[in-house]
Amino acid sequence: MIKIDNLSKSFTLHNQGSAVIPVMQGATFEVAPGECVALTGNSGAGKSTLMRMIYGNYLSASGHIWVGETDVATAEPREIIALRRATLGYVSQFLRVVPRVPTLEVVAEPLLTVGVDKETAFAKARDLLARLNIPETLWGLSPTTFSGGEQQRVNIARGFAHDYPAMLLDEPTASLDATNRETVLSLIEEAKARGAAIIGIFHDAPARERVADREINVSDFTPAQAA
Amino acid sequence: MTTQPLLSVKDIRKTYGDRIGCSDVSFDLYPGEVMGIVGESGSGKSTLLNCMAGHLPPDSGQVLFDTRDRGMVDTLTMSEPERRMLSRTDWAFVHQHARDGLRMGVSAGGNVGERLMAVGARNYGNIRTQAIDWLDRVEINEDRVDDKPSAFSGGMQQRLQIARNLVTGPRLVFMDEPTGGLDVSVQARLLDLLRGLVREMGLSAIIVTHDLAVVRLLADRLMVMKSGRVVEHGLTDQVLDDPQHAYTQLLVSSVLQV
Repeated sequence: MIKIDNLSKSFTLHNQGSAVIPVMQGATFEVAPGECVALTGNSGAGKSTLMRMIYGNYLSASGHIWVGETDVATAEPREIIALRRATLGYVSQFLRVVPRVPTLEVVAEPLLTVGVDKETAFAKARDLLARLNIPETLWGLSPTTFSGGEQQRVNIARGFAHDYPAMLLDEPTASLDATNRETVLSLIEEAKARGAAIIGIFHDAPARERVADREINVSDFTPAQAA
Repeated sequence: MTTQPLLSVKDIRKTYGDRIGCSDVSFDLYPGEVMGIVGESGSGKSTLLNCMAGHLPPDSGQVLFDTRDRGMVDTLTMSEPERRMLSRTDWAFVHQHARDGLRMGVSAGGNVGERLMAVGARNYGNIRTQAIDWLDRVEINEDRVDDKPSAFSGGMQQRLQIARNLVTGPRLVFMDEPTGGLDVSVQARLLDLLRGLVREMGLSAIIVTHDLAVVRLLADRLMVMKSGRVVEHGLTDQVLDDPQHAYTQLLVSSVLQV
């Protein structure tokens, strides 16, 4: 489902003497449907950079990133938009929403954009919010005023609303209590069971051991100069 | 992905004497896409918008639009009546200053109804009902329908302008700094409204702004202009998170973190 082929990346800092910083070289691996791969490596090794490249958030210097039929490394913006809408989900560590939009709509939005009817979309959103222990009294409010942990759970609910065939999870269990952590791990297991290909970053080692089938050490792709 | 573009802009160039307004601008906009154009004042973004919308004749280039009856047509060479019809039906233009896009001496309901009448609506009852429906969608209370826009706050005027523009169900909306000059709480409300309308109506839009937060929330794609030329374009979050051009890097790093 996800196939990374000889991928490389460097940053050019034009306003700092045009310094070129190579950050990745020759990254190559595959993730099959129903499989969860954990990215490991020290802080700064490029785990998040790689995730952002797969999501099309960072440009690739060379190589390919196949997600289904789309090569994110060379695709047009509209192809990436279509891919993100239907195929590729991303649970980042931060919730970014339009102010004033109620939580329930924030969670239902990914379903509404793929054309699911309002009733089904909101039912799914309610179910996820309840599973993640967001009190019902908060569903009509914008999450911008919520605590960090609540925002993270709303973000996860939103990320799992639509059944994406491929998913990227950046520290999905960070800052969660035991009960909610358990819920998130079950959501990941359910996604794997329905055949989603998942790439995740988990600093929480027991969580990683439970859901990940394999580990890939990103340091193997770090160019010598940058190490 | 074989759908054809709704708008295809080719090599637009506009000069003011020997100064360049904008030059070498080409891009395709597809149905349902929202594109942001950012750049500092004087970068040519408003010149470009006005050239595309037919408010300003460019020196050269083409602005092809997928019309309902004739397919792709260059709007710069179409007849004046045809272009006027287009700007009343499939196109809409939201000005930065609402008073440039509204008739200040006509009631709120009249401002919305006028655009309907321009496309042939004649039944007063229907026009009024539709006008009230649209005022409601932009969160203006029905009891203000007979008030003139001059009695409205800046944020309400802007929402009225949006209602006036969208009542005929356009397919392409040009917006020039739609949230400029509004305070932040009103901006948030307007952004929420625009995002909902874009999704529900499947609108395509081109938004000129200098506010990077606005484009991050509204635009799928982003074009960065400097000195009349496009220096970078791509997915909005890619351009903002991994800017390639020196100017974009400077622009992104200059934003105050809130």
